[in-house]
Order: sequence, then C-alpha cells, then structure tokens
Amino acid sequence: MAVEERIQQSLERAAEPSGTPDVRLDRVTKKFDDVVAVDDLSLEIPRGSFFALLGPSGCGKTTTLRMIGGFEEPTAGAIYLGEREVSGTPPYKRDVNTVFQSYALFPHLSIFENVAFGLRRKGTRGGILKGKVEEMLDLVQLSGYGKRKPRQLSGGQQQRVALARALVNSPRVLLLDEPLGALDLKLRKEMQLFIKRLQHDVGITFIHVTHDQEEAMTMADRIAVMNQGRIEQLGTPDELYELPQTAFVAGFLGISNLLRGTVAGPDAVRLGDGTTIRVRTGSLAGHTGDVAVGIRPEKIRPDEQDPNALPGVVRERAYIGVSTQYIVETRNGNVTVVVLNDRSGTVPHSPGDHLTLSWDPEATFVVDPMEEAE
Amino acid sequence: MSSIAVPARSRRNTLATTLGFVRRHLLTAYSILFFAYLLLPIAVVILFSFNHPIGKFNYTWQGFTWDNWRYWDGVPGIRSSIVLSLQIALLASIVATALGTLIALALVRYGFRGRGTTNILIFLPLSTPEIVLGASLLTLFLNLNVVFGFWTILIAHIMFCISFAVVTVKARLVGFDRHLEEAAMDLGANEWTTFRKVTLPLSAPAILAALLLCFAISIDDFVVTYFNSGNKVTFPLFVWGAARIGAPPQVNVIGTAIFVIAITVMLANVLVQMRRAKRVS
Repeated sequence: MAVEERIQQSLERAAEPSGTPDVRLDRVTKKFDDVVAVDDLSLEIPRGSFFALLGPSGCGKTTTLRMIGGFEEPTAGAIYLGEREVSGTPPYKRDVNTVFQSYALFPHLSIFENVAFGLRRKGTRGGILKGKVEEMLDLVQLSGYGKRKPRQLSGGQQQRVALARALVNSPRVLLLDEPLGALDLKLRKEMQLFIKRLQHDVGITFIHVTHDQEEAMTMADRIAVMNQGRIEQLGTPDELYELPQTAFVAGFLGISNLLRGTVAGPDAVRLGDGTTIRVRTGSLAGHTGDVAVGIRPEKIRPDEQDPNALPGVVRERAYIGVSTQYIVETRNGNVTVVVLNDRSGTVPHSPGDHLTLSWDPEATFVVDPMEEAE
Repeated sequence: MSSIAVPARSRRNTLATTLGFVRRHLLTAYSILFFAYLLLPIAVVILFSFNHPIGKFNYTWQGFTWDNWRYWDGVPGIRSSIVLSLQIALLASIVATALGTLIALALVRYGFRGRGTTNILIFLPLSTPEIVLGASLLTLFLNLNVVFGFWTILIAHIMFCISFAVVTVKARLVGFDRHLEEAAMDLGANEWTTFRKVTLPLSAPAILAALLLCFAISIDDFVVTYFNSGNKVTFPLFVWGAARIGAPPQVNVIGTAIFVIAITVMLANVLVQMRRAKRVS
C-alpha cells in the first residue's frame, strides 16, 4: 500500500509543472495544549533549494519540520508536498525523509541494513538494492563500512550514514533536524561544506533546522528566521545580514549596534543625545516616531571622517586574531566596533582612549526598536 | 625475654607491618566471609542431596550415595508437583511478559489520562506483602465461587509477575531513543513493520530478562500459591508439606538441579556477552 502510494507520488512529482514549490505551508498553526508553537505560518520552499529554518530554541522551527515530516499534525492550516495536501498522512506515506538530530541509526542493524531499510520497505531486493546502497555509501565516503554496526562508527561517520539512509530513497524533500548539533566545532565546519556539496550534487530540496546562524548562512540559499512561532524575515543570507527588517533578526544574525532615536526628516534620525545621523536613502519609508538605527560592527571605523560621527571612549578591547573588537562607550550607549588586523604596525586603541566613530550612511539599516531594548 | 632484646624501633616496625597486612587484606577477608555467608546454605543443600539418611530426617550426615539422584522422583507426589510448577511457571511467565511488555510500551510511549496512576498501581503488587496479596485473592475467588486449582494458581502467578515484567521492560524502553521508531516510519515502515523491525528487536533483551525473572519468581512462589491452590500441589507446596514430616533428600536434589540450571544459564549469558564485547572492540 505504502509502496504504491510512494510510487504514485514520484509519478506526480515528475508530472508537476516546473515552478511548483516542493513544500508549501498554508496558514499552519500548531498548538500543544494552550501553547502556540507555530502561529499562522505560510511558507513556500522552491524545488531544489537549500532552505534553512533558523531561530532560538522554542521558536517553532523543529515543530514546523516535524509537521512536514508527518510526526506532528497541524492544529489548523494545510501542508502541501508539491500539489498534494498531506495533512493527516502518516510519515511512511510521505515522500520526505529525515535526518534526526540524534541520527536515530538502528543499533541492531549493520550500516548496510540501515541504509537499505527504506529501499526494502519499497520492495527493492537483490542486486538493485545492493547497488543502490553501495553507491550511496560511496557518495558519503563510507564504502567498506557496510558490515559494521552504528556504535563502531565515529559521530561524523554516523551522521553521514544518517544522510545516506535518507537520501538513498530519493525523496522529494530531505529534512535535517539540527544535524550537526552533536559534532565538535572542527567536524561541524567540515560537515557543513560536505552537506552543501552533497545537496548541490543530488539536487534534492533540503530543509535544514538550526539555531546556529553561522551554520545557516554557510549552508543555505534561503533562510527563514523564526521567532515565537512566526517567520520574522525570509531571504538570502546577505539580505538578512545587510538589511534585517526587525531588531530580532538584526540581533540574531551576527552582532549589531542599535542606536535608538526618532525620525527627523528624510533619511535623518535624531539620536537620544541630540546628534543627528544620516541613514541609507529610503530606509525610513514606513517608519515614523521612534526607530532604531543599526550598524554592523565591522562597518564602523574609528578616527575616520565618514558623514556620520559619534564620539566615545574605549572601554574594552579583545584581540581575536583576524580582527580586534572594541566596546566603545558613547552617549547613546555602548557600541561594538570590529577592526580588521590587515595592516601590521597599526597601534591599537587602549581602554580609556577617546575617539570618534564614523560610518557610511549606506551601511545602516532601520528597524522598529524592541519593546524592552537593553 | 627476647622481646626485651628487640630494640623499640624494630618492635614498632613489626606492629606497623602487621597493621599494614590487616589493612591490605581486610577487604579480601570481608569478601570471603560475605560469600561464605551467601553460599554456605546452598552448599549444605547440595551436600545433603548426596546424603544417605537413616530414618525420616535428612539433617545429619550419614554417608554418601547417588541414590537420591538416581531415584529423584522416588517420593510419591514429587514428580507431579514439579510438572505442575513447571507448567504454571512457563505459562505465567509467557503471559505476564507479553502483557507486561505491552503495558510498558503504553506507559513509555503514549501520554494518556491516568498514566501516572497506572505507574503507581504497577508498583503496588511489588510492595504489597505477599501474604496480603494471597489472602485478598483468596477472598476474591471465594466470592466469585471459582473452583480452586490450576487456573487460580495461574491467575495468581500472572498477577504478581506482570509488575516485574513491566518494570524490567520499561527500564529498557526508557533508555532508547524514541526517534528510532520515527526514523523507521520516516523510511516507509508502517506501525506494524516498525514494531516488528525496530521496537521488538531492540526490546528483546529486556523481554527475555523479564521472561526469566517471571519464571524464577513463579516457580518458587509459596505464599500466594498456598492460598489459592485448592488441592493442587506445586513443588514449593510439596516441600513445605514434606518438611513437616521430614523432607526427603530428593527435595535437595531438585533444589540443586534448579540451582545448577540457573547458574548454567547465567554463565552462558556472561560468555555470550563477553564474546560480543570482544567482537565489537
């Protein structure tokens, strides 16, 4: 039954007009008792993309993923895989596969049988099965490991088995639930690039859930930043970084300095201390009254005369190798500045030094101030 | 006399050496005593299975013989009591383990109304004195006008075995990643296939342990059985009856046999585990 269902689904997939999103969420809400985990969420994930759901723990990203996988049912709204509505369909009848955070490799089965599990359910046997499994193990660089048991493999190898076990079924969508969470930093970096390359090679749509902004930015083509069950902003990594639309997004992706002020004319904002600064042309559209002007730390220069200038005193200095980070106290609050150490011989500023911070108006973004800004 | 000749320092050294010796071997001595305490009664049982008693009582060593082993069922009633005990233990452990496994699955996997209460109720038979269990069951059966015998014994044994089975299997299920079952379903296995291919194989060691535990508890139960057996005689009841008029050495023979079988099963298990560990490393 399930087998025919799946074959039917792959036929449908082939017949769909191009441009049909692989996954579509239409006003999906999920409540656990009275707690709203996902709140009226609509989302389209284009075919073949590497899509990240990024957010702090409890933002609803994993719940969203689990609803796509069929492990949770939405309280309201509909989920489509291609043109087919899948609400109420159990996981084994959905054309998606999941890489679990814990990998969830079957400890009683060999690596070969782990990877073969999905194919066997579809009735694949004999030489075809063997060929497909070995081809997949080869793809994740684990050929020759087929006879081992999961516990005989390292964390990184287990992770690759989990990928192989899911991808061997050529699903419409691969779901990755914090897949790198259990790995150490170095291995995590390697696996990020490995998975990105893998996605490029197999061309399957990946949906990746993570709380690590750097990981999302490294791997994904498009990122949806989630907060409290809603999508705060959806875009490419550079859009999200350069032009965050909310204070939450600005704070979640990288460090950002938010200066509070009020709108004081076209492209001008008066800060708390009376200083008027210029912002990027047109960025005040839709804003009135209180706003927050954001500047990324690496875009602020000490002691240079860009149009916007703010005097301050160095409070802390941290040398991070490639750059030096300063915390500068100004009358509008503390500002983080990052200076690249690309010229030898420059004298670093010391705590207590007075300096003027300056930046290009085009490097700013404007968001609504957060309710309780710290 | 010579102690006077020994210098004070040397004497102190001797004392220190003695103390050191005691300190080093205290644990060994304690362990030997501990095991002697545990094993001596069993050793006596085994030894007296080879005794050739004069008269009714098998309490003093009279001489060695193989006769008790050769004619292990030479006492009227002993054979049928053993057969009954084996039947009850086998059936009770299978039924209790099957039910217990399902209860454990429900308790670990599903959040349902009354789960907390069920958890407490499961522990109740474990903590209730057997004499209370037996007497209550007797009252119940009497009120239901049930004929006492094989079935009442079986029902009683299943009842007190279930809790042990639940606790044993639950411990295992709690320890394993519930994403494993989701992974199976994710890979196209429906509920039944998931149970067959993932849940069951992974719980198998715990289920086997529960089976053995239930068997062991059932086969030597006396108190509950005594209340609910009617005119049927299980092996423990037989021993109790025989003890009043002087237990024959055949009782020791059966006791020894059970002990040897249990030890053999245990050693085999240890060997299998060791071999498996070696293969992994």
